[in-house]
Amino acid sequence: MYHIRATLATTARIWRQLSHDPRTVALIFVVPCVLMSLLRWLYDDNVAVFNHIAPALLGIFPFTLMFIITSITTLRERVSGTMERLMVLPIGKLDLLLGYMIAFGVLAIIQALLVSTLILYGFNLDIAGPHWFLTVMALADALLGTALGLFVSAFARTEFQAVQFMPAFVLPQVLVGGLLVPLAHMPDLLEHIAYYLPLTYAIDALNSVAKNTDITGDAWRDVWVVVAFSIGALLLGALTLRRKTN
Amino acid sequence: MTLASISANNLVIRRDGIQAVDSITFDLAAGKLTGLIGPSGSGKTTLMRAIVGVQKIHSGELSVLGEKPSARNLRPKIGYVSQDPAIYNDLTVLQNLRYFGTLARASHTQIDEVIGQVHLEQQRHQLAQRLSGGQRARVSLALALLGNPDILVLDEPTVGLDPLLRRQLWSLFDTLAAQGKALLVSSHVMDEAERCDIILLMREGKLLWQNSRQALLTHTKKTTVEDAFISLVEREGH
Repeated sequence: MYHIRATLATTARIWRQLSHDPRTVALIFVVPCVLMSLLRWLYDDNVAVFNHIAPALLGIFPFTLMFIITSITTLRERVSGTMERLMVLPIGKLDLLLGYMIAFGVLAIIQALLVSTLILYGFNLDIAGPHWFLTVMALADALLGTALGLFVSAFARTEFQAVQFMPAFVLPQVLVGGLLVPLAHMPDLLEHIAYYLPLTYAIDALNSVAKNTDITGDAWRDVWVVVAFSIGALLLGALTLRRKTN
Repeated sequence: MTLASISANNLVIRRDGIQAVDSITFDLAAGKLTGLIGPSGSGKTTLMRAIVGVQKIHSGELSVLGEKPSARNLRPKIGYVSQDPAIYNDLTVLQNLRYFGTLARASHTQIDEVIGQVHLEQQRHQLAQRLSGGQRARVSLALALLGNPDILVLDEPTVGLDPLLRRQLWSLFDTLAAQGKALLVSSHVMDEAERCDIILLMREGKLLWQNSRQALLTHTKKTTVEDAFISLVEREGH
């Protein structure tokens, strides 16, 4: 019971902090919508291209944003000394990380709903599969970004380093994940590497729902792979979060 | 004989390759206000971090209430104030207290009580970032009092406070010690040793003295702790 209370108190605390920072909250929700609108405008004369890449981007935006926000927020906690203070208290490391996960997860749900509503109904994105699956996948990607952000923040000492993890951890996954070049057309080595990266599965699932009227078995497998990566990153995050320092 | 609340035996702590705490031995009893006094860089913070279980120990022994400092069941029994006020600046005083209060299993009544103890009634709804340095330090102290811990490890809790407030806080520390808690309060201001039952004098990681202030003055034949400190350093041949 204590652990649930500690987790929920952490979630509530993060939301309270964000409520004092409305600009950040607005950026979380507005930036992906603006970027998607820009993209739609860019391909105004060739909507087919937009229809091809928008589903995959719906996964990449929340993943990237949540990765950055989570890694910087946890690092800030470490640098300001509040993390050390928490480590002296009875709260478990997993309680803390789950508290973060829920807090940012809910933001991710809202963000995913806003962006998917915009592209599906504002821009009439033409996809064959069910619309709800896009939102579910976007949410899974946001959770993956949150979990990976929590994990990698353990390796950053400054906020500058944490920001650099974005091009180091996120961009390679976007480049070889199948968005720019289908996996089958990549050099063998890159294709093999891509199968070890979680975003590859996210992009595959989103492309799949765009093309198929039903959700295929592969798409469900992709969802579970992304969820498994998220749980793995969360557990690794708990392991790398140390109570004691040298 | 009183069981030691905190006990160190030949304790050595290395930080970044430097011997920050150098073979020190002491016992601290419950119900006593112990001052950890020494200049900046003498190893006070490192020692305190080890006591609260967030600093690795190189060698020797350190026990808190008979347990290793990192023991899980010790966590509800220790209150800790770090040197820089580690609070959430983007939360109000009350929101900070409610969050840490939940984690420390403190009641709402106790939250009101500690706000009174650190004299922050007027600031309870203010964002921590709008408070002065001294007020933030008091929020940090209030957080450590939540959950009614048996041991309070307070790293420079009175730095930057006006003399009147400092006096009030030292009275609070006296009261808490009288309730049977063990308090370890650090300061680089030698005068603050006056308020302590026992003083641990530290310099360059070594413990120069552990006993009462009066015993120190008698031993060194000096009238102030600062002079006594200098006398001890000279005798040690530093």
